Amino acid sequence: MEYKISNRLRLAAIIMVVLGLLGVGYGFMDAHSVTEDNISEILAAEHDAHGGGHATEGHGSAGHGNDHAKTSHDNSHGESASHAEEGHGESAHGSLTEHEEHALHQIHNRPYAALYVAAFFFFMIALGVLAFYAIQYAAQAGWSPVLFRVMEGITSYVLPGGIIVLLIAFFADSHLFVWLKDGVTDVNSENYDYLVAGKSSWLNKTGFFIRGAIFLGGWALYRHFSRKFSIAQDSADDNRNFKKNFRISAAFLVFYIYTESMMSWDWIMSVDPHWFSTLFGWYVFASMFVSGITVIAMITIYLKSKGLLEFVNDSHIHDLAKFMFGISIFWTYLWFSQFMLIWYSNIPEEVTYFVTRIEHYKLPFFGMLAMNFIFPLLVLMNSDYKRIPWFVVMAGIIILCGHYLDVFNMIMPATVVERWSIGIPEIGSILLFGGLFLFIVFTALGKAPLLAKGNPFMKESKHFHY
Amino acid sequence: MEASKVIHAIYTDDEVLMSAVKKVKSEKHHIEEIYTPFPVHGLDKAMGLAPTRIAITSFLYGCVGLTVAIVMMNFIMIKDWPQDIGGKPSFSYLENMPAFVPIMFELTVFFAAHLMVITFYLRSRMWPFKKAENPDPRTTDDHFLMEIAIHDNESELTSLLQETGAVEINIVDKDEDAH
Repeated sequence: MEYKISNRLRLAAIIMVVLGLLGVGYGFMDAHSVTEDNISEILAAEHDAHGGGHATEGHGSAGHGNDHAKTSHDNSHGESASHAEEGHGESAHGSLTEHEEHALHQIHNRPYAALYVAAFFFFMIALGVLAFYAIQYAAQAGWSPVLFRVMEGITSYVLPGGIIVLLIAFFADSHLFVWLKDGVTDVNSENYDYLVAGKSSWLNKTGFFIRGAIFLGGWALYRHFSRKFSIAQDSADDNRNFKKNFRISAAFLVFYIYTESMMSWDWIMSVDPHWFSTLFGWYVFASMFVSGITVIAMITIYLKSKGLLEFVNDSHIHDLAKFMFGISIFWTYLWFSQFMLIWYSNIPEEVTYFVTRIEHYKLPFFGMLAMNFIFPLLVLMNSDYKRIPWFVVMAGIIILCGHYLDVFNMIMPATVVERWSIGIPEIGSILLFGGLFLFIVFTALGKAPLLAKGNPFMKESKHFHY
Repeated sequence: MEASKVIHAIYTDDEVLMSAVKKVKSEKHHIEEIYTPFPVHGLDKAMGLAPTRIAITSFLYGCVGLTVAIVMMNFIMIKDWPQDIGGKPSFSYLENMPAFVPIMFELTVFFAAHLMVITFYLRSRMWPFKKAENPDPRTTDDHFLMEIAIHDNESELTSLLQETGAVEINIVDKDEDAH
């Protein structure tokens, strides 16, 4: 089946990109309207507005008292570098107090962080699909080959999406990664940070981008060749291309699981360079995997509703929905394992991560748990519901929003701390990369027939019945 | 009125059995029972059996297990004797909840799994020392047996079953005490 991106879809994508650009532009202008000159007045205005609220909050129980103690500890920990040098800091920056300086940084970080969260979110969908695709090949799955072209369409975003993420990281610099601040590794600097300096053999700008290029290069190479062999298999009279695809998929999966883990340290965990967690790579993987599968299901249902995938039946949708259900629970398992271990032992250097989040991000932090766990658990448990397209789409929308929030919760608390909001910069960034994603993916979907007809498992897949 | 005589048609192939079931159903005869040595995919659908509701019972049992876990630990750890154990906040259930989740999870699974299995045993009448209800021992090895009640249509049924490829057709008196 041939598909061509419809004019309406293309127009919608372009409108999204334009609106997104406007939103992002506004975000930067708005952030930069706050400068060293007027930060004092802005903060003073904020304090007046919040004064009443703080007074009532004061009536806390013993439990609350504990929380506050932890918070203040967290703050001093997160910013230990500057706090340790408090005296120097104030003299160096003249009129600005320590508090004003932090607030100014947070306000300026916001548009960068908003861009980065959205860019990473859409990139991670494409990368998750790429991993799923490789697994289908390596496992020689018999049900999924009818969906291969949809997956290949989505993975076309891996390379551009990854480049965008790296570019944002490059230009955002210390707005995202505090370990890139001038002088963090220099003992004589006021910014000197003993902990970050100790990690500087890994966390340095050159290394970051060399590794980024290797990760992205490897993923894009696999995507390029698997697509090439998949297309070549369509007109081949033997299974040579399929076998090649099988081999490179197995090799890619080994490469992927190492690089994905390191990517998550570099691109995400390093926004909190004082904090570390061993299962973080898996956690990020689960998040990208479930969002990727959700997007496969949603695009498949969309194309099927256009009558373009008549070989995809209810059972394929059912299987995808089972994956959405299962991996959502897998994600929760990892989220909880990370959270509970750290909460239970309550070691100050680790627990600050969650203290910041629970203190300042209560709604997004626990809201995402409801969206990514309780909702799919209850909605997608019933076998009949997994076969109903609109049901799967609704569940998919909630899961995607939940995983956007997941990335949001990973990046924002380290960059803008309590000054977060989901406003114009955030929504603008989502529109920008969402539009770009739709445009690239649906253009790629139009470049090859929607049925990978040369695949040796195609007949089995077409008759797949659950 | 319960029929006292039944017809036993024996098959040696599950494909043949499936087409025989479809044929018998299309002739509007009621199939009493089918004995097979292994699960035949799609047989329940061909016989028109109602889907099982055991998954629903399992979900409900899981909810019971979760409730038991919550009520139990809330009483023991929070209400009855809220000790300070290693600084864990035992002021309210919610505050100490992460520590209870492993138990909540396990009890949910435990109740869901075990009560569902017991439900299965009860509904399919299986227990130790139960007398086997097997009309022909070969059906546990490589034969398939279809049992149809006779209502004064013995010859018609016999010829119908012969057509469907049965290798053996027996008419037997149904022993009501066997169950």
